Amino acid sequence: MTITSTEPSVAALWESLAARVARGERFAGLSASRRDGALTLSAHTAHTAHTAHTAHPAHTAAADGIDTLEASLPPGAVSYPALTPEIGAAFWYERLIHDETGVIPEGHPRLAPLVRPGGPDDHVLPRHVAGYGVFTIPHGPVRSGVFESMEYLVETPGEAIPHLNMRIFYKHRGIPARFERAPISDGVLLAERTEGIASVAHALAFCHAVETIAGCEIPREAALVRVVHAELERIANHLDVAMRLADAAGLAVATARFALHKERVLRLVSGLCGSRFGRGVVIPGGVKTVPESTELRDRLGPLDREIGTDLRILLGTSSFLDRLRGTGPLLTARAREHGALGPIGKASGYADDARLARPYDAYRWLDPAPPAEHHAGDAQARLKVRAEEITQAFGLIRRALEDLPERTEVTPSAPCRPSEGRATGWAEAPQGEVLYDVTVEDGRIARCQPRSASFHNLVLMHEVFAGDILTDFPFIEASFGLSVAGAAL
Amino acid sequence: MSIWVLRGLRDGVVTTRWPRRADEYADNWRGPAAVRPGNHADPAELDRLCPAGAIAVTDRVRVDQGRCILCGRCVAARPDVFAWSKGATGPAAAALAREALVVPGAPETDEAVAAARAALAARTRALRRSVHVRHVDAGSDGSEEWEIQALLGPVYDIHRLGVFFTASPRHADVLLVTGAGTAGMAGPLRTTYEGMPDPKVVIAAGADAASGGLLGDRLAGVADFVPVDVWVPGSPPSPFAILNALLMATGKLAADGTADGKGANR
Repeated sequence: MTITSTEPSVAALWESLAARVARGERFAGLSASRRDGALTLSAHTAHTAHTAHTAHPAHTAAADGIDTLEASLPPGAVSYPALTPEIGAAFWYERLIHDETGVIPEGHPRLAPLVRPGGPDDHVLPRHVAGYGVFTIPHGPVRSGVFESMEYLVETPGEAIPHLNMRIFYKHRGIPARFERAPISDGVLLAERTEGIASVAHALAFCHAVETIAGCEIPREAALVRVVHAELERIANHLDVAMRLADAAGLAVATARFALHKERVLRLVSGLCGSRFGRGVVIPGGVKTVPESTELRDRLGPLDREIGTDLRILLGTSSFLDRLRGTGPLLTARAREHGALGPIGKASGYADDARLARPYDAYRWLDPAPPAEHHAGDAQARLKVRAEEITQAFGLIRRALEDLPERTEVTPSAPCRPSEGRATGWAEAPQGEVLYDVTVEDGRIARCQPRSASFHNLVLMHEVFAGDILTDFPFIEASFGLSVAGAAL
Repeated sequence: MSIWVLRGLRDGVVTTRWPRRADEYADNWRGPAAVRPGNHADPAELDRLCPAGAIAVTDRVRVDQGRCILCGRCVAARPDVFAWSKGATGPAAAALAREALVVPGAPETDEAVAAARAALAARTRALRRSVHVRHVDAGSDGSEEWEIQALLGPVYDIHRLGVFFTASPRHADVLLVTGAGTAGMAGPLRTTYEGMPDPKVVIAAGADAASGGLLGDRLAGVADFVPVDVWVPGSPPSPFAILNALLMATGKLAADGTADGKGANR
């Protein structure tokens, strides 16, 4: 159930937002859009298990949804009081709003461009830390190895990293603008390409929003197939992280093993739908292709076993763990305050998994088990979370396949033709919750604001270098497992 | 540590034998849309089918595979006209001229391709033994990087073919570009290209790099920033398609797509 409430002023909006966050709701996003000449700010909050703890003891919150709160600026307003001093998690969101609309959040601590190149200043290396011998290493946007483009500005006296800055504008593609006035069917294709390594999750979040608007109930088979693909995507992403971590530690065989596993998973996916990234499977109203469940089940067994064994050995390789233990720690209090998503939040004792808290598709009745509690918040804990999620993903796929009929004659999708309305859709990507705020007018997309977990979580990278040195950098980056494409949009 | 030695031996050799021998996965790969031969009934509305604007109807129906994002809408709507292309390797899986990505091609394209092939071969004669590749992401969706990364894994293992990735443009012979060509990457991409010594080859990997893909109305691919020699369709292109293009760009594949004994051994 999605509730949208409109507040009389920005100040009232911030007040009600702060009250909700104080109650334990999670700040989930902030965006701005121009409607009829006035600028409207839309904030999202999520009811989490942490909210539920006081009101409802069970894991299933009663109001299991994402709320949207709005307020419009007076016509012609060029500024508004910033939210960031109140809710720190809005830091990047307000910079993004400033980039896109030019409106100034008054009192924002650092209003530098985020997704737009800032002009001549881009070549000036910022300096936040003063001290003898402190210098800035610009790392990127063209980096050593096969990476997505982004720039890290590392301020260091030689080993320690007292300050880190990130520039993501190199990859800004203008995705939200491309959504405008696109047909619904094109919207799914765009969502799949918003963050290519989490195509299925983005397509799901978009489709959930569209299906809510249309009031469309998807067939049971479709809900199961969606879970199968979403979990395969999760496995592939987590294997990628394991591979990068092993590579950072110079474990050649482990790197090769996880690369092999990942390739096998991607080939499995391409065998199911033709795309190695599960593209084209999720459509509004259901799915396009149904996998052959017997064959898939047969192939899952050995894959599960081999991956499980290698993960167990990896998590028992002491020379490897020496590099991960205590590296890049995110404190529980900070994770909670920021509303850290996905494995990063879980590793720091803040678990808000959309599959559990706000279940969708077949997660509603497959009822995934709550994640094990972790509090260390370091790279090792993040890998442990991922290893557990891989095991759980195989279990979920197996149970979804058991429910799936041997052979479905018809394509399992229901008609879904939204004409007018607005809704928020969500899905738990491997990186964490993906949120889509979709408005449909005359059967076309009027506005669509995607918010990836990568965008929400990447900013946390600023804070996890306490005591870590330059050689820890690749471990910390890999353990975050985020995508720049999804962050820069 | 020793347990990793045993794990490494567990699956035996998993590396593909391609290009020496055929590879089933590469041969069965579902590539971009293509046009079935013959004359087609009511072609008028066909160009509306494609969300990326890859279909053009002029004297006949043509698909620009440099724009095709493999959504399959045309194949599903008009199976009498469109079909998936098959195979991730061979001369058809990469093009030596942008217009050669348009299928079926016009006769003048063949001449342009032949000229491009001869020029490229003359330029890359020195690269036939071992090449170093510099990858630059110019606004991809992130999936292309996974497919390139896969080449370094045990299944594709490009090191066996004498292909290596390098951190420095100064050591690079090949510039492998992905992404739709964002404004922010125009400068860094150009600087990387200029930092490479001659002779050099540029590969545009994927429909995004070739045309901007689905974002083609605002981004135009990477050809405005660097001179592209080899174009790889796909969204994202499969690792085999990228490998194929790498070997093609450096003269390690014969014109018929088979391994050229002088370069691609083992």
